[in-house]
Amino acid sequence: MPESTTYPISVQVNGTARQARVEPRRTLADFVREDCRLTGTHLGCEHGVCGACTVMLDDRAVRSCLVFAVQADGGRVTTVEGLAPDGELNPIQAAFEAEHGLQCGFCTPGFVVSATALLERNPNPTDDQIREGLSGNLCRCTGYQGILRAVHRAAETMGAKTS
Amino acid sequence: MSAIGTRKAGRFIGQSVTRKEDRRLLTGHGLYVDDVSLPGMLHAAFLRSDVARGTISRIDVDAARALHGVVAVYTWQELQGAFGEAWHTMLGEELQVPPPLAIGDVRHVGEPIALVVAESRYLAEDAIELIEVDIEAGQAVVDFNTAAADTTNIVHQAWGLTSNAMVEVPFTPLSPDLDETFTRAAHVVECTIEQNRYLCVPMEGRGIVASWTPGRDEMDIVASCQGVHETRVFFSRYLQIPESSIRVSARDVGGGFGQKMFVFREECAIVLASRMLGRPVKWVEDRRENLLAASHSRNETGRVRLAIEADHTISAITVDHVADVGAYPPCPAILDPMLLPGPYKIPRLGFSMAMVWTNTMGKGAYRGPWMFETTAREMAIDHAARTLGIDPVELRRRNLLAASDLPFTSPGGNLFKEITPLETLEHALEMLDLVAFRREQAQARAEGRLLGLGVCAYVEPTSMGVQSLASEGATVRVETSGKVMAFLGTTSHGQSIETTMAQVVADTLGVEYDDVTVVQAETQSTPYGPGTGGSRTAVIAGGAAREATLAVRDKVLAVAAHAMEAAVDDLDIDAGAVFVRGTPVKSMTMAEVAKAAYRNAHLLPPEVGSGLEATVRFRPNTFPTWSNATHLCVVEIDRATCIARVVRYIVSEDCGPMINPTVVDGQISGGVVQGIGGVLLEDFVYDDAGNPLTATFVDYLLPTTTEIPVIEIGHVVTASTTNPGGFKGMGEGGAIGAHAAVANAVGDALAHLGISVCKTPLGPNDIHRLLVEAGAD
Repeated sequence: MPESTTYPISVQVNGTARQARVEPRRTLADFVREDCRLTGTHLGCEHGVCGACTVMLDDRAVRSCLVFAVQADGGRVTTVEGLAPDGELNPIQAAFEAEHGLQCGFCTPGFVVSATALLERNPNPTDDQIREGLSGNLCRCTGYQGILRAVHRAAETMGAKTS
Repeated sequence: MSAIGTRKAGRFIGQSVTRKEDRRLLTGHGLYVDDVSLPGMLHAAFLRSDVARGTISRIDVDAARALHGVVAVYTWQELQGAFGEAWHTMLGEELQVPPPLAIGDVRHVGEPIALVVAESRYLAEDAIELIEVDIEAGQAVVDFNTAAADTTNIVHQAWGLTSNAMVEVPFTPLSPDLDETFTRAAHVVECTIEQNRYLCVPMEGRGIVASWTPGRDEMDIVASCQGVHETRVFFSRYLQIPESSIRVSARDVGGGFGQKMFVFREECAIVLASRMLGRPVKWVEDRRENLLAASHSRNETGRVRLAIEADHTISAITVDHVADVGAYPPCPAILDPMLLPGPYKIPRLGFSMAMVWTNTMGKGAYRGPWMFETTAREMAIDHAARTLGIDPVELRRRNLLAASDLPFTSPGGNLFKEITPLETLEHALEMLDLVAFRREQAQARAEGRLLGLGVCAYVEPTSMGVQSLASEGATVRVETSGKVMAFLGTTSHGQSIETTMAQVVADTLGVEYDDVTVVQAETQSTPYGPGTGGSRTAVIAGGAAREATLAVRDKVLAVAAHAMEAAVDDLDIDAGAVFVRGTPVKSMTMAEVAKAAYRNAHLLPPEVGSGLEATVRFRPNTFPTWSNATHLCVVEIDRATCIARVVRYIVSEDCGPMINPTVVDGQISGGVVQGIGGVLLEDFVYDDAGNPLTATFVDYLLPTTTEIPVIEIGHVVTASTTNPGGFKGMGEGGAIGAHAAVANAVGDALAHLGISVCKTPLGPNDIHRLLVEAGAD
């Protein structure tokens, strides 16, 4: 088998410019986790169902297991590590902490990123809209109770801050 | 210093303090096994059987070996003789983990046949594609209900066996007058309850990084597991090297639910590969592997008989039970027949049981591994109530144990002293408002809607005295700074152990929660623990943490008494300071005590100079520690789609005093949702040839935010006497109770159509079939 061809890509990851040569088949998830050593993005199914690998690509939440790294070329990627760069929890992370929105924590980065995308799109969601907005993320520990409370709380906190 | 002289019991125990785990996990700084990257690390992938039963006639790995970037390809031949005994302390020598790779034949789809180790996982998977395997397929044994009678197709024929029964216990009456009771009873109700196959499905699958260092001859393992110490013990036997040469850690683990309690054959293969190559090897399974080849669970059948008197007291219960254990069960845990009468005043019991091998993935532990006793009993009680024409709630009220009936010894020999079955039922019904619900249900039926209430009551044996599970150890130490560290033998995989055990230590010593750090899941610094499972942490690890802390407290007081020239009996500790009771100005901070104990050790008399550290092993005074609960589930079935939707879910639980109520409720909710999933969404299906049909999340459906209601949780609090904290375990209850509660709710929604629900799953196809069979579609 011949050596695989690699392509140069340039991606802004959490505000830092990253250049790399990647195989076309390399997923964005593997690029983020292995090439950028940002291991907060987790792989739970690698077929686009569980949402653990959710990252923001140009302000849109995407499943990084279903996006090739080459597709992110020239784009901006935000991972869970980029949501609270100064070490303080952002309002969504703080709400997850306050409402016991996580147990084992493996699905958590995906939920936090999905919730971020949801609240950016709709700062004042109804309960049904929150449920719908998070329906692409699977959690096996919490029964979703704390997660739903957390997103409600985050919406209230962030709404109160901006209003 | 704050609050001197006003020591409050339970400053932290009983409080929903912020979790110590959360900050790192929320910011993406957890350390799960796949986050571990070592210099020179190689990556592994398995070739797995796509045939359920067959003889391997040829394996050709030449092309795979020749692929650039491939370091090694192993079949069973290369691993022969490389390993020793393969058993776990808890399960015993009888149950050997199967050889790492299939030898000569395959016995289920997903069985590992070959292992590729390469420079990257991509390359390892490329090489897997290049391996050629020929398997002569035989007739697979798939239906466990008929497997025991099959004398032609034998799963373990290669072992020289002539039967598919792993264990068969003939019918055993545990009460001498059992037959007479059934003969004389006003009613005998019989039904066969079938529970489907569903799985743990932790969001993080299995994984291991094994790193053998030649020269030092040490094996360093990071594993996604529920017990680092047992993993070390296992590999000590397996590699025939001392435990001291093996270090196992598991900083963060993405769920387990029983699946990761024991070492898997794949992990054995990776450890062997690392030892042979002298390099770190990582294997992290993908979801298909997890669904196909990590342990499967449930899948049991029971013919239940109830003898019921004219006044509706249940005078006997029996079960004829069959459980599918698959081909190679990692942990063949099945129904515990002694628990069949559960929280009821049923005085007589009988059972038969069979554990049957099939050509499917082997059975493993899943949150309440024995729980089919609850499913079978609770579904049978609903069936009986309908047969008798009474409300299932009333049949339970008539027969459930109340606190006033205790102590009570069940016909299975279980002694109940501190449980509240009837009380939790009434509490849950109050939360529901039963009268209002039945009114609403009548109205719904009049409108042609299908609304149902399911009830499930159970007792949960927690902190069982099963051999190695009976004790836990803890080392507690006041460090030179005055801060406190607690070293536990536990391996948390979501249970909040770093938080709850810090609460116990902080309160017991009298220091701040923020000043306590819990270290666990690391073999070289913590006392032996058998693994986190069996709802044992609060009671047993909590007991160990408490006892070790009390021993340290004595040492702190001795040092402080010497330094303060006071009598030990006059001293107390609170908020991180030691003070003379009634004389608040005379005090020492914990940092000052630590300075006296370590830096100025030369000034101490020998009898108080033993440091500020203690190690204690703890076991409860009796086993198990019982907790109990009642679950209520309300479903509405959409007549057009036949989808059952859970509209309310109520739990009243008695797990004694809670260390952290929010953590307790989180455990309950998580378990409940696994039970809801197991009935309405999740079902692992094989076809008649043993081919899995549900090996992705598109086919094997997990509950999401859109299927789950707000779970309403209430608590009845009765302290246990098995341990000083009065705690009771509760980690498995949610998953134990939810299955029957949901199934019974569907049954109640369909009951007026003459449908009796005795079988799960209850997805839309199943409900549609029930409606068609009843002529009500």
